[in-house]
Order: sequence, then structure tokens, then C-alpha cells
Amino acid sequence: MSEENNSKIEEMEIIISNFLRIGVVLSATIVFIGLLMFLVSGNSGYSGDYFPTTPTEIFNGVLLLKPYAIILLGLIILILTPVFRVGVSILVFVKEKDFLYVKITSFVFLILIVSFILGKVE
Amino acid sequence: MTLLTIQILILSIAAGIFGSILGLGGGIIITPALTLLFGIDIKYAIGASIVSVIATSSGAAIAYIKDKITNIRIGMFLEIATTLGAITGAFISGLIDSKYLYVIFGVLLLYSAIAMLKKKGQELPKDVKTHPMADKLRLNGEYYDKVLKQKVSYNVDGVYGGFSMMYVAGVISGLLGIGSGIFKVMAMDLFMKLPLKVSSATSNFMIGVTAAASAGVYLLRGNIDPKIAAPVALGVLVGATIGTKIMQNLRSKTIRMIFIPVLVFVSIQMIVKGFKL
Repeated sequence: MSEENNSKIEEMEIIISNFLRIGVVLSATIVFIGLLMFLVSGNSGYSGDYFPTTPTEIFNGVLLLKPYAIILLGLIILILTPVFRVGVSILVFVKEKDFLYVKITSFVFLILIVSFILGKVE
Repeated sequence: MTLLTIQILILSIAAGIFGSILGLGGGIIITPALTLLFGIDIKYAIGASIVSVIATSSGAAIAYIKDKITNIRIGMFLEIATTLGAITGAFISGLIDSKYLYVIFGVLLLYSAIAMLKKKGQELPKDVKTHPMADKLRLNGEYYDKVLKQKVSYNVDGVYGGFSMMYVAGVISGLLGIGSGIFKVMAMDLFMKLPLKVSSATSNFMIGVTAAASAGVYLLRGNIDPKIAAPVALGVLVGATIGTKIMQNLRSKTIRMIFIPVLVFVSIQMIVKGFKL
């Protein structure tokens, strides 16, 4: 039982760790490209010190290859990585039939979503 | 511009190393350094600091989880308390005068610095009885300590105390936007009596989630300035990767001796801030 439990935990750790690695490498690469474009060209893609703050504006800027928008896209991926990490953990616990932790993790995920919504309302 | 970027990058590497070793977000370095050394507006420094917390958390967790120092179950379970606390904090922020909070929590931190100092000679917790809830939630664990060159099995005590303290940690980070990592390490170290490396790694794992919950708001408010946040994110990620290697080769005693002065520094900072408000 204990051995089985350990190997399960091991698998879970590898999945979560790999997921975080993908999120981090992806966001770091995008931020790096955006920063390099900004420093080399000296142009942020926006006038003055302005930078976009809404997802739509950022997304539109990315399509036009604006350096600031690219950096912010990378940062959004970085911010979302821990949130998706919680989501991935739910799936891993489901796969392992660890229903107590499926409940615990789902509850955390729910609170996170609520807090995102509340943040928007504010 | 390039020079400033490189300076922020170097500062952030240091913050990432430091934060990943101690289980803190590095905000305690990033915020004052950006405002005092580089004269950056506090509005953008706060945004950069929240990015730094998330980058430290995810960057360090890659290695700590793989090396099984992080206790994922403890982290997940306690995240209920921190996320609920963060929401509570955001809700009551208009109702309470944060002046008193800074003083109260500052004093609480100072007190815990003394409690930690009492454990200064201790490499690993001894004779910890498993709390019944810890059994139920299967929180006990083990990790391989690279310095002691042995497998360390540990029991988890004080589940209720730790959970309550985590709720407080969440409220504080929701209210004041600071110190979430420091209170988490403290809760796991003093209440749940975990080995310090497990406390630090698990705190690292958790701080990203709490910070991500409020980062969206910072983004929409325009606190995240790309030219500042970009070198912070990149530097902290590099630093956190280096920090995880250093931490595993440090004695817990050494980590504690670095942690205590930080605790004292932050608590005094909070108390002073409270009196100034």
C-alpha cells in the first residue's frame, strides 16, 4: 500500500513539475523576445509611456507585433501558470482516484475563479 | 534604458535566489530596491513585486517538486485557507484601518522571530506527534536531504493551528499585499513542525497561487509596466533556478539563521509603517 502510494505521488510530482516548466519556459521566452525587440528597436509599439492593460488590447497589440504587448502576453502566461497548476492537479488527483484531494483542490480552484471575478467587478 | 534593464535584471536574480531559498516571494527586496535605488514609482514597483512572487514560486517549484521537497498535499490543503483568507482580506480592506493591522502583524512576526530563535540549534524537528487530522489527510511525508545524505521522514502536528495561521497569512496578503510567504513559512515551521526545507519549498509552491489571485487586478489597474516587469520576471526566474540548487546544499540551521534577521527586519518595517500611517 505504502509503496503504491509513493509511486503514485512520484508520478503526480513529475506531471506537476513538468507542467510548471512548460509554463515558465513559454512565458520567459515570450517576455525575452518582447524585451529584446523593445531594447533593440527602442520602440514599445505605443506612444510615450503608455502600455495596454486589458487582455483584448494586449492581444490586438500582439497581432501587430508590438513589443510591450508581447511582453505582457508572456507575463499573463506567467500569472496564469499557478492557476492552471491547480487545475492540472485536480486532473492528476482524479486519475489517481484520490477523491478527498479532488475535492480539496477543486475547492481551491473555485475560490481562485471567484477571486478573479471579484477582481474584475472591483 | 538598456542599462536600467540590466540593473533590474541583476537585482532580480538576487531576489530570486534569496526568495527561493527562504520560501518568500522576493517582494521584500524588489519593492524597496526599485523605489529607493531606481526611483521607480511605487505603483509600478508593487506590480513588479507581484510578478516576482509568481516567478519565484513557479521557477522554484519546478525543482523542489521534482526533488520531492515540496509536500504537495500540505500545499493543496493549506491553499484552501490562504485563498479564502485573500478574499476575506480584499473584502474587509475598506472596513479596517490598515494602520493597526501593520502594528498587530508586525508584533506577531517579531514574536515568531523569537520563537524561531529558540529552535536555532535544531537541524530537524524531533519527536513530532502526528495530529489526527494529518493522518486523515495523509500529510506526513519524507524527502532526501542532500546535506545530511539521508532520507528524512517527518510527521505533521498542529494542523488546526497551521490552517488558521494560513488563513491569517491570506488575509494579510489580501489586505496589505505583503508578507504572505513569511507567514506561511512561520505557520508550517512553528505550528505544524515541518522540517524547514519542506516549509520553505511548500511555501514557495503556495505563494504563486495567492499572488496570481490578485495579479489580474494589478494588470487591469495598470500596475504592471512591461519595461520594469519584464527584466524582473526574467531575472527572478534565473535566480530561483540557482536558488533551488543552493538551498538543497544548505543546512536547515543555516537557512534558519538567514530567515530570522529577515523576519525581524520585516516586522520592524511593518510596525514603523503602522505608526507612520
